[in-house]
Amino acid sequence: MALIHFLKPKNKLEEGGRSAALVHQDEGEPEKNCPNCHKDIPLSRLWANHMVCACGYHFRMKARQRLHMIADKNSFHELYSDICSLDPLRFPGYQDKLETVRSVSNENEAVLCGTASIGRQHCCIFIMEPYFMMGSMGAAVGEKITALFEYAARQRMPVIGFTVSGGARMQEGLLSLMQMAKTSAAVKRHSDAGLLYIAVLTDPTTGGVTASFAMEADIILAEPEATVGFAGKRVIEQTTKKALPKGFQKAESVLEHGFIDEIVPRSSQKKLLAELLRIHGGTS
Amino acid sequence: MNQTPYNRVKLARDNKRPTGLDYIRNIFKGFIELHGDRRFGDDPAIVGGIARLEGSPVTVIAIEKGHTAKERARRNFGAPGPEGYRKALRLMKQAEKFGRPVICLIDTSGACCDVGAEERGQGQAIAENLTELSTLCVPIVSILIGEGGSGGALALAVADRVWMLENAIYSVISPEGCASILWKDAAYAETAAASLKLTAEDAMSLGVIEQILSENDIGKKEFYTRIRSLLAEEIQTLGRDPDLVGKRYDRFRRIGADVMESRFS
Repeated sequence: MALIHFLKPKNKLEEGGRSAALVHQDEGEPEKNCPNCHKDIPLSRLWANHMVCACGYHFRMKARQRLHMIADKNSFHELYSDICSLDPLRFPGYQDKLETVRSVSNENEAVLCGTASIGRQHCCIFIMEPYFMMGSMGAAVGEKITALFEYAARQRMPVIGFTVSGGARMQEGLLSLMQMAKTSAAVKRHSDAGLLYIAVLTDPTTGGVTASFAMEADIILAEPEATVGFAGKRVIEQTTKKALPKGFQKAESVLEHGFIDEIVPRSSQKKLLAELLRIHGGTS
Repeated sequence: MNQTPYNRVKLARDNKRPTGLDYIRNIFKGFIELHGDRRFGDDPAIVGGIARLEGSPVTVIAIEKGHTAKERARRNFGAPGPEGYRKALRLMKQAEKFGRPVICLIDTSGACCDVGAEERGQGQAIAENLTELSTLCVPIVSILIGEGGSGGALALAVADRVWMLENAIYSVISPEGCASILWKDAAYAETAAASLKLTAEDAMSLGVIEQILSENDIGKKEFYTRIRSLLAEEIQTLGRDPDLVGKRYDRFRRIGADVMESRFS
């Protein structure tokens, strides 16, 4: 507790607005409206602040941008980049959707895997991609994550995983569902070998990913205000026909119920992850 | 029987189908029900306990939907909450301790989705079952007897053998849910049911299950006798396997491994 608190940002400025004044804003530069403070923020400033508004609101972040934020410079070695889903069920519209998403996101799949150093601590890392079908898990995502845990177990390395997911990818039907069991078994083998796995849940982490590897880590961290849950809010509202309590499925409330270890803003993540890796037998 | 996938969905949901408890009463002898998850409560949607299968003790866990309206409401329509999955895991760990095989009977449209279930960690409860079942050191056989709804069904189906009744379904999402997400209209449920490949034949050809059980004499004495002897035989075979857990790992490890491509390599 004490350690984590000392790593927390001391004030709003440290949390999000650190370089706010340093970034030059071009005239007519595109801006993004913050859904929390409703101010328009120039994109360049957001980028420089790891997509965090001065008010502390955490915007969604591309996997490679997150990697850039968390991993030491030039330390990332990508694994399994060539693995990607086919359309095994010939599901209506899926093939077209995959092609569009691949060209728009510039990624082959909804998760990025590899090895990297975080504060000079060597580890395996996976980062899910919100801009690829909202990080949904099909056969390829399940295969990449499983292979990464198997690789980490063989190499006796810790795993750091950033999750963001709408859940299992329904266009791959049962094959997607089975990835929950497949990844979980690989996490268990890695864990039984005495190795560390830290998950960082980002907005939103839901469905089959919550009900598998997101909730199976030794240490579970989350970003502020991230939605973390199993069933979707709309489904719950429709089923129970009742209004949802305030803050329902927000990381803060999930922490209160005992399912998350700590909420960590982006500005503190690298330092904390490096320290946790050192504590668990990393290189000092 | 030549049925459309959506007809199969309707058959799988039929109130008149035998439920978990019907199977327990007719296949096993001397069922002793054990209640509670030792954490929070006892979930009536999951029934578990010890019984004898052709004389040998086994642990049986079933999702129970109930037959009458009153019973169905009491069983939460077979939608287990975290307490149900935690009770199931407790009983499976107990089975492992005493060297009893585990038999799961699955029939759920999905895990309970309400505020309480979420707040008490529905996702965490299912996830824990997935990891723990993957290394449980006794044989596990799971039978989908009606609906196999997503993670709520999978939480009891990380098994050495998974069988399905002829008209049972197994799916990542309900056809109605899929239709309303993809086509913004639940009326497309028929299309979704066909697209999701959720029938027993589909599951078999995708390599997700090992056997389809005929429903010609469903609910009759011969029906249960047949399942009883299939179970007894399978459990004997599995009990002799020195690499049970390793093979269970491989069983799930290979699923989906042939439906990807390596691009640009």
